[in-house]
Amino acid sequence: MQQFFQQLLSGLSDGAIFGSLALALVLIYKATEVINFAQGELAMFTTYISWALITHHGFSFWEAFFATLLIAFLFGVALQRVVIRPLEKASVLTVVMATIALLVILNGLAAWIWSPQLQFYPSPFPTSTWVVGGVHISKQDLGTFGVVIACVTVLWLFFRFTKLGLAMRAGAVNPGAARLLGVRTTWLLALGWGFAAVLGAVSGMMVAPSIFLTPNMMQAVLIYAFAAAVLGGLESPVGAVVGGLALGVLLDMLGTYVHPITPELRLPVALAILLIVLLVRPAGLFGRVVVRRV
Amino acid sequence: MSALLELSDVSARYGQVQALHGVSLSVAEGEIVALLGANGAGKTTTLRAVSGTVRRTGEIVFAGKRLRGAPEAVARAGVAHVPEGRGIFAELTVWENLRMGAYLRRGRPDFSAVLAYFPWLESRRHQQAGTLSGGEQQMLALARAFLLRPKLLMLDEPSLGLAPLVTREVFRVVGDLNAKEGLAVLVVEQNAAIALQSAGRAYVLETGVVAVEGSSSELKANDAVRSAYLGP
Repeated sequence: MQQFFQQLLSGLSDGAIFGSLALALVLIYKATEVINFAQGELAMFTTYISWALITHHGFSFWEAFFATLLIAFLFGVALQRVVIRPLEKASVLTVVMATIALLVILNGLAAWIWSPQLQFYPSPFPTSTWVVGGVHISKQDLGTFGVVIACVTVLWLFFRFTKLGLAMRAGAVNPGAARLLGVRTTWLLALGWGFAAVLGAVSGMMVAPSIFLTPNMMQAVLIYAFAAAVLGGLESPVGAVVGGLALGVLLDMLGTYVHPITPELRLPVALAILLIVLLVRPAGLFGRVVVRRV
Repeated sequence: MSALLELSDVSARYGQVQALHGVSLSVAEGEIVALLGANGAGKTTTLRAVSGTVRRTGEIVFAGKRLRGAPEAVARAGVAHVPEGRGIFAELTVWENLRMGAYLRRGRPDFSAVLAYFPWLESRRHQQAGTLSGGEQQMLALARAFLLRPKLLMLDEPSLGLAPLVTREVFRVVGDLNAKEGLAVLVVEQNAAIALQSAGRAYVLETGVVAVEGSSSELKANDAVRSAYLGP
């Protein structure tokens, strides 16, 4: 039982990381129907920036964390304006190819700037545990979970209660109608890229202490995030977060209680889940089947 | 009477297909003008040319200024366009749709003026707009457009898919907004009979040009218009 709760927390902590990156994918997908394959590398790149701030510029972890969120936001907005917006009239496939190009460019650029070598990334949380009723609660896991959920909550409050957030939702549902009401939708799309980059940066900075810093660090995480987003339904922001948490817990539980499933099988299992969801329930847990009138 | 909206020799095309071949028309302040014509005559394209949702040539002057550019700029200039299919945000609530209507206004939106015309919206505020009936969606689209505080309201086929009684109700509200708020209206309609009842003047489009224009009473008496659009 104690092991169960420990694994649950560890799964939730992993899942929060998958969920925040999945939410980043969903934000962009919902507004433009484009899967941003560069989302993981964007997260990796901004995580390197935070690392550089901490190790070379004397920032404390939390100073670097918030500075990086701001940098990530501006970086996301700039990417949309410079790279994606000129492709506005191009097909979705063209834009997807552009994001794949960004993936490769960012990956190479990170290796070139910071070397491809594995780097130690500091954790803001102590490695110790609290013991509550015989259950060891990892401060690292709890902290990771808390930070991600706090960021997601702030974003949710923004979308739910601010005029700009409302306009972003309206623009995602019906951009034409939003423009007729005076909304400058292209700027809202750039804002969406900014928020997605921020979520990616959060997931990168939270996962880096446990998987170390390398230019390839986010590639597996991005695949988990894909699986989480598909599980929750690509159209559903709530689904992305719940999908991420569910996937994290499921993978940890399978690893703990089903003995043939070793760490090597984690990624294949995640992809198997992705395939099963696509075959059985393509709209995901929270998605709706969209019927388009032709 | 000075023209609020004036189109001079406006043409537009969709790819290879030319939809408008030099349309000229005007709407005066406080006036209701109907735009009639068969399917594909260019009625919708004319509205889209004004709101900037289709590329066009020719000159469009609104409230003394040349209109150019993107739909968001035209909306800011004071033109509310309720497009074909009403353009409501189906996934958002009724209230959120209204808040979007007031997007360009600063501060907390005041819905009291709009609720005077659409009192039932208050009790449906939390309902998802996509679950409203067709007539209710049309009313919501009208209410939302009114919140823009436009000088000109452009309606594209408000009667589409509505029962005759509901259509009459929609036109009654449009007439009210025109009479009490001085709102100028340019309305595209297939249902010429009901449009000519509300409108003071009308234009009949045929294959992208203005074929006939005149006051509603003149058009009702015009034999060609009668046989083509009003029935015997």
